[in-house]
Amino acid sequence: MMGRLFEPIVIPFAALLVALLLFGIFITAAGADALGVFESMYRGAFGTWFSWQNTLVRAAPLMLTALCTALPARIGLIIIGGEGAVVVGGMTAALTGIVLTHASPIIVLTAMAFMGMTTGGLWIAAISALRHYRGVNETISSLLLNYIAIAIMNFLVFGPLRDPETLNKPSTYHIGEANMLTEMGSTSIHWGFGLGVIACVALWVLMRHTPFGFAVDITGGNMRAAKLSGLPVARLMIITSLLAGAAAGLAGMIEVAAVHGRANSSLNANYGYEGILVAFIARHNPLAIIPVAILFGGIRASSGLLQRDHDLPDASSLVLQGIIFIVILASETLYGRFSWLRAKEKTV
Amino acid sequence: MTIPDKYALEALHINKRFGALIALNDVSLHLEKSTFHALLGENGAGKSTLVKCIMGYYAPDSGELMIEGKQHDISNPRHAHQLGLGMVYQHFTLIPNMTVMENLVLSRPHLPIKIDWRAERKSLQERIAQLPFQFQLDIPVSRMAAGEKQKLEITKQLLLNSKILILDEPTSVLTPVEADEVLGKLHALTQEGALSVLIITHKFREVMTFADEVTVLRKGNCVGTATVKNVDTQQLAKMMVGTEFVKKTLHRQPSLAQEARLEIHNLKVNDDTQAQAVNNLSLTVHSGEIVGIAGVSGNGQRELVEALSGQRCTSGGEIRAHKQPYQGRREDMRKSHFYCLPEEPLRNACVPAMSIAENMVFRNFDHLPFTRYRWLLDRRAMLHHARELISQYKIRTPGPHVPIATLSGGNVQRAVLARELENEVDILVVANPCFGLDFSAVAEIHDKIMQVRNRGGAVLLVSEDLDEILELSDRLMVMSGGKLVYETIPAQADLATIGRYMAGQ
Ligand SMILES: Nc1ncnc2c1ncn2[C@@H]1O[C@H](COP(=O)(O)OP(=O)(O)OP(=O)(O)O)[C@@H](O)[C@H]1O
Ligand SMILES: [Mg+2]
Repeated sequence: MMGRLFEPIVIPFAALLVALLLFGIFITAAGADALGVFESMYRGAFGTWFSWQNTLVRAAPLMLTALCTALPARIGLIIIGGEGAVVVGGMTAALTGIVLTHASPIIVLTAMAFMGMTTGGLWIAAISALRHYRGVNETISSLLLNYIAIAIMNFLVFGPLRDPETLNKPSTYHIGEANMLTEMGSTSIHWGFGLGVIACVALWVLMRHTPFGFAVDITGGNMRAAKLSGLPVARLMIITSLLAGAAAGLAGMIEVAAVHGRANSSLNANYGYEGILVAFIARHNPLAIIPVAILFGGIRASSGLLQRDHDLPDASSLVLQGIIFIVILASETLYGRFSWLRAKEKTV
Repeated sequence: MTIPDKYALEALHINKRFGALIALNDVSLHLEKSTFHALLGENGAGKSTLVKCIMGYYAPDSGELMIEGKQHDISNPRHAHQLGLGMVYQHFTLIPNMTVMENLVLSRPHLPIKIDWRAERKSLQERIAQLPFQFQLDIPVSRMAAGEKQKLEITKQLLLNSKILILDEPTSVLTPVEADEVLGKLHALTQEGALSVLIITHKFREVMTFADEVTVLRKGNCVGTATVKNVDTQQLAKMMVGTEFVKKTLHRQPSLAQEARLEIHNLKVNDDTQAQAVNNLSLTVHSGEIVGIAGVSGNGQRELVEALSGQRCTSGGEIRAHKQPYQGRREDMRKSHFYCLPEEPLRNACVPAMSIAENMVFRNFDHLPFTRYRWLLDRRAMLHHARELISQYKIRTPGPHVPIATLSGGNVQRAVLARELENEVDILVVANPCFGLDFSAVAEIHDKIMQVRNRGGAVLLVSEDLDEILELSDRLMVMSGGKLVYETIPAQADLATIGRYMAGQ
């Protein structure tokens, strides 16, 4: 059993190191001091308690959007529509908050979360229903639906729901300060992080330790075997996508309820797309998503520092993410190649 | 020492372990030049492992390889190709939606950046003309029958200038006629001195007809090599299993109640291209009987089995189990005790990357004893359950936790059979259950199927092997063009008539 765990840890780790190396070359080519940049990145992401808090706050939505890709991937659907589900979930959560603004905060937050998760869930579930019943490619439709979600939000934010006081960044009305999601204890980390961790752990238990997760793995592993066993393939796909979309919808709700207080273009800040990376690196394991999301939260948190201290363009952290993604995808081909990584395998 | 040039290939003292399982124990094999050499052994004896060690897929733990008298460490299959070794695998490695020509050209190791198709066509035509098998270069591989594909696989290797050709069960998907043609031509090539052939097979007939020499493996050990002229099948069988093999005659109990268990009314099923493959088919299987469906492959048998097993939607008609409409849902299957052993179980009934233990609970993972507190899985119970079935069905494996894809072909079949027959079986659909099985496993599986029948189960057996159908069934039908065209009782069966109906007249 040891041996089986060994490979999925060593290979991504080595891939990350290679990616950092390539990034170092890129930085040097861009005229900055690579070691200094790495040092600032570390400082900005994990160097102090303050930077840790920054990192964890950014990790929260990443965990949830990564789930949006990871769960469907386990059943064989490659869905990259997390961004759309974040926007839709955030939008409806904001709407709910605005409508209920005078109710008690706990009710407002619960209703917001419920609405965000439901709409996000339906958004992604529709994609897999289209796939199953009409044969529409889920990757393409989920990507296109991202643009549709953003367009709908822009329509509402520029039109009927615009708060006239928001001038340079058109937004909806505020959900009310009293209704905002609070921080955990004395930290500056809001509860979104806690919710993200809980979602990852809960979905890991669901996927790894329940008959439902087992059925999902059979279906993702071999559709023909799943049908032979009489598994309700369509239902499994739709429920999995519903859960996935609900996670991303919750990310949207958290961004509104904990950070912005309104829905606006900050909702499509690429958390959805970055979640795809996180999911692939975590090999679609909900538990592994937690540390990977924290790592990527760190990259995000430190990007400001790179700009300030090293004069690197803001996009450098995107470059790093791109490099990591490509190297990780390339490293997929390495599994099973190194017999010494498996030599540790014990027999039961 | 050996005379350097006598042998094309020698594998000396090869050892290979997988965890606790010793797959090869000091195995040596000598392939003489320009001979046709058969490799025999029970399922899981280590035949595929041996040839994979030779081709560089697995690194043997110890031992050496000599090619034309020179020692080589073959580290990967590409290296083996350079040394003139070619291999034809049990599963086709052709790209289905490419044409014959594209497949042949793309298999070459050093392709130019831009392929000059016209020149390629010309040189291919010239070279293929000198080889035994001829093809139309422009048809896609997906439209070829199994026999044609196998010929193409072989031609692909011959075009790569392989001097030594290794074939892993090349005939298990072929009809006897096709097998004879393919093996006959290969045999002729070895006689011309152009090729040395090492072939894995389970069919004694092929060994006796075509092979010059035969090497037998048993449970990872090399039992010996013999010249085919000097042995008979009895002796070979004894070498394979270690003891005298006495074939048990199948015990067929007179069946009592004749109650309809599986009823099919006017069933229509489409194939992948939406053409009608099963055409208004009606059939009833009663308790305590085996109904055998014979036919040339490609006459709708596969679609029929897939429709019954829930893998394919029907486009009309009705299936009833125990007189109730049957939809192929999990509850239906469990209520009516409906089980299925499809052909190619690794592709049709398993998740190759999942462990044996996990694959063995597909039918009942959502029930006790595999659940705890109703909602959680009990993986320990799965392992325990798998260990029991492994010993009961004599599945050869390092343990229940390894991926099922690592099992030998015959052992996968046993594992799936163990899973499907574990519970009470009222209705059993079986398709080509003995593809790739050794003779004792065939007898065992036939016995298991007969037991299901004797206990009162209704069995539908779809097989391309007419002998198997004649031996097992109570009633025999011939399927042709998506319809059942002929029905008879094996005792009264006339082979010529059956053959005529199978040919579609
Ligand atoms: N990669 C692997 N990991 C673990 N065990 C393996 C692996 N490959 C093969 N084995 C085991 O080694 C044994 C020999 O397997 P092999 O495939 O060589 O059998 P075989 O003689 O080809 O049988 P068959 O006639 O059924 O194809 C089997 O018990 C199998 O489970
Ligand atoms: Mg084999």
